[in-house]
Amino acid sequence: MSVYAYVVAGALLLLGAIGIARSRDLVHAVVCLSISQSGTYVLLLAIGYQDGAPAPVFGSTSAPTTRVVDPVVQALTLTDIVVSATVTALLLALSIQIQKRHGTVDPDELSALEG
Amino acid sequence: MPWEGTASSFAPVAIGVLLLVACLLAALGKLLPRWAVDAVATVAVVGVVALDVVLLRATRAGRVVTWVGAWTPSRGSSVGISLVADRLGAGLALLAGVLVLAALVYSWRYFEDVGAHYQVLILLFLAGMTGFVLSGDVFDMFVFFELMGAVAYALTGFLVEDDTAVQGALNFAIINSLGAYFTLTGIGILYARYGALGLPQLGEALAGQPPDALLVIAFCLVCVGFLVKAAVVPFHFWTADAEAVAPTPVCLLFSGVMVALGVYGVDRVYSTVFGEVLPHDAVRRALLVLGALTALVGALMCFLQRHLKRLLAYSTIAHVGLFLAAAGTLDGPGTTGAAVYVLGHAGIKGALFLIAGTVLSRYGSVDEVSLHGRGRDARVMPWLAVVAGLALAGLPPFGTGLGKAISEEALSASGFRWGPVLFVLVSALTGAAVLRAACRIYFGLGPKPQDDDQDEASGDEQDRETPALPRVRATMLLPIAALLIGALAIGAVPAVARGVSSAAREFLDGQGYVQQALHGAAAEPPAPLTEAAWTATGVALDVLSVLLAAGLAALALWKAQLPDRLRTVTRPMRSAVAALRRAHSGHVGDYVAWLLLGIAAFTALVGVPMI
Amino acid sequence: MSRAVRWWVLGAGTAGVGLVLLLAFLQMPSFGSSHHPYRDAAVPAAVAHGTANVVGSVTFDQRGIDTLGEEAIFFGSVLAVLVLLRPEDEEEPRPEEGSLAPLQSTRLFGYLLLPLSLITGLDIVAHGHVTPGGGFQGGIMLATALHLVYVAGRYRSLEQLRPMPLFESGEAAGVAAFTALGFAGIAVTGSFLANFLPYGTFGQILSAGTVPLLNIAVGVAVGSGGIVLLGQFFTQVFLADREKGSGS
Repeated sequence: MSVYAYVVAGALLLLGAIGIARSRDLVHAVVCLSISQSGTYVLLLAIGYQDGAPAPVFGSTSAPTTRVVDPVVQALTLTDIVVSATVTALLLALSIQIQKRHGTVDPDELSALEG
Repeated sequence: MPWEGTASSFAPVAIGVLLLVACLLAALGKLLPRWAVDAVATVAVVGVVALDVVLLRATRAGRVVTWVGAWTPSRGSSVGISLVADRLGAGLALLAGVLVLAALVYSWRYFEDVGAHYQVLILLFLAGMTGFVLSGDVFDMFVFFELMGAVAYALTGFLVEDDTAVQGALNFAIINSLGAYFTLTGIGILYARYGALGLPQLGEALAGQPPDALLVIAFCLVCVGFLVKAAVVPFHFWTADAEAVAPTPVCLLFSGVMVALGVYGVDRVYSTVFGEVLPHDAVRRALLVLGALTALVGALMCFLQRHLKRLLAYSTIAHVGLFLAAAGTLDGPGTTGAAVYVLGHAGIKGALFLIAGTVLSRYGSVDEVSLHGRGRDARVMPWLAVVAGLALAGLPPFGTGLGKAISEEALSASGFRWGPVLFVLVSALTGAAVLRAACRIYFGLGPKPQDDDQDEASGDEQDRETPALPRVRATMLLPIAALLIGALAIGAVPAVARGVSSAAREFLDGQGYVQQALHGAAAEPPAPLTEAAWTATGVALDVLSVLLAAGLAALALWKAQLPDRLRTVTRPMRSAVAALRRAHSGHVGDYVAWLLLGIAAFTALVGVPMI
Repeated sequence: MSRAVRWWVLGAGTAGVGLVLLLAFLQMPSFGSSHHPYRDAAVPAAVAHGTANVVGSVTFDQRGIDTLGEEAIFFGSVLAVLVLLRPEDEEEPRPEEGSLAPLQSTRLFGYLLLPLSLITGLDIVAHGHVTPGGGFQGGIMLATALHLVYVAGRYRSLEQLRPMPLFESGEAAGVAAFTALGFAGIAVTGSFLANFLPYGTFGQILSAGTVPLLNIAVGVAVGSGGIVLLGQFFTQVFLADREKGSGS
């Protein structure tokens, strides 16, 4: 069980990549890319977890202590999510333009860049 | 302490100024006339270039360290992020700034009426490159790497009216993003065990550790994103697609500096973090194998192209292979050779892309075959193109020739006798391709080839990027000439190579980096290397490459007139070449498959010999 | 490459990468362990700067330049979508025709939730340094909250409430404010993005120095940027080819 969370993260990363490789629809490929990125979120957050430790936010009922879940990976995941959301938006915009220009979003039918 | 003093503000100020001006132009762009937008952007980049020059001078006294947010180290550790400018990093930042300036000037009269969006994207791109090169924290490098990437995808697909532009941009985006996620995985794995993200902190934590599977895998995964950006085989498939369709000034930036930053990333992470842990031999072998493979595949594909921009893109891949092979020796002379070669190549390749842009503007196509003889009335461009082609093959005293000479010497001194052979062959092939194209288009040499090869990308469908131009404008000619003169200066001025060799030795001193950034130890840059100069062997090999290039170009131009016996010799190679071509299919699914296989192969190459 | 060859390459690659990842995971500290050296240094640093939300301190104070880069990525990507989806000469906006009117219950909940969401979003942005949340989270809430107008009503109502130039400038202003606060750090203490304001009382709204200001800058940037981003995609839905006459 101590490796399970990391294996889930690795599986998401690979499943996303496989999804892109066998995709027949560019929107599907873009979503698979964001699945791959979710794998990295799971990895980072799993790395930061500590059994029985509370969230790293202190208030009137919780005095400052270092026995909290790792806040640094949470900040890294936040950055990662913003990057992912914006790259996904960019890719979807590209997919819309491809649909307009070529009339298809099937990678097998887009062959203007051969050779 | 190296983080006190005004010099330590230069790096963040450069990035901040670019972001501020970008925001200003984004908000006010619609209200200002075109010339005002261009002026503001150009002034901002000139200012950043000036800052980079001052930063480079400040590195004469040692690395310039900035702990952002005033989180200076106490008791040898810090929670903050450092920006460390050593001579090589500051030099690369300056190169990026100069190339962006050339691209901006070229774009002044190149695009008609694009609003302020193009200039804002270019400024953000420079901010990303500057931040990546000067960063001293591996996650920060990832963030600026993604900034470079996101903006690059937009710039590639900028001319949305072109059918192929958006497809090239999509392939580029998916492969680079996937590569970056593997880098992030590697960063996470490293963080899990060592709890640090900064390069000095990681270097200190790893020093003296036994090399186990986790360290090897973390190194290989972190390098994946950088190798994808550097267009190393088998992560290179996106490059030709993207550079074939991106606007010409953008291709200048991609080929000139962006792919070199990938090689820089690999080398920086290795020398500061993993240099004391992973054995040199294993990593050296892997980098040399990848470099040689990349160089050969790139050169071969380059020679087979008829689409000018794809031809230049594949020649960039070939040269990146040479840079990686030179830097892969992991010693002073090799890194010096690679750095000088990068500088020279940036000027030559930049000029070649800009020349291709003028061809597209004047004649409406970038297809070498259909443009046969169309350029006969041009007066200056033909000679610039021929000179650039010869320089690409290594003509002395250009910077490309000097970098090639130093690299060949470094490889054979380290015991890799095949190094000079590889360099001569690859630079001859790429130079020959350019010479063949230039002679065909501008001088009409050779019989007009049959238009029978339909399974390759032809350059005729390339839409014009500008309205048709009767003559080349001065704002387009000026950057071309300036880049060629710059490449000449890199090789002809001895102080440049000497300075680069001192920078390379400082770059490879990982422990010095850690000590200076974390503990404030004073360090002056090391002395230059004697190998950083022209030698008789170097000049001889360069002349050999140039002659070979001319010979191959002539062979290609007049191949219809060759005796049949010579042509049967090449027949068995044809099926192999055809298979190689089929692999470059333009299909993003193929690229992802090769990416995964490449990651596994690279890790095996580094790790298996260590078992 | 044929599909068969692609499958073989993909299979070999997946197997290889899977093995590589597994080998690394087996040697990592186990899930839930207490080995987190960076956390051990980051929590006291956050407390020393009066920030109750340690994640906010790490994001804006300790690793501020990462967040600046991330802001730049967001800004650049929204601009990229503006560039890539720019309307062309052959296209013109088509009227929203024949769409069904929303159910009465949808309209009720939409109009009730709109002020609640906006206030919650503003609260999350403003309290980012004392409670979980911050500029990014609150900004996205604000951006999507505005679109309840579209869900509960008509697209035209949304268009009237959403002057695009205002939000484009708002996004640029947010990123510029973040950078300007960085330069202010140089002016006051000589260090970029230094936390130069007084740290206040731990856990109160006036604490943590520049962190709440940076949160507000990010909230404005992300909220405006999100609205612009969604707006570009909406515009594509309601575009028609001028020659063809009706929607695609």
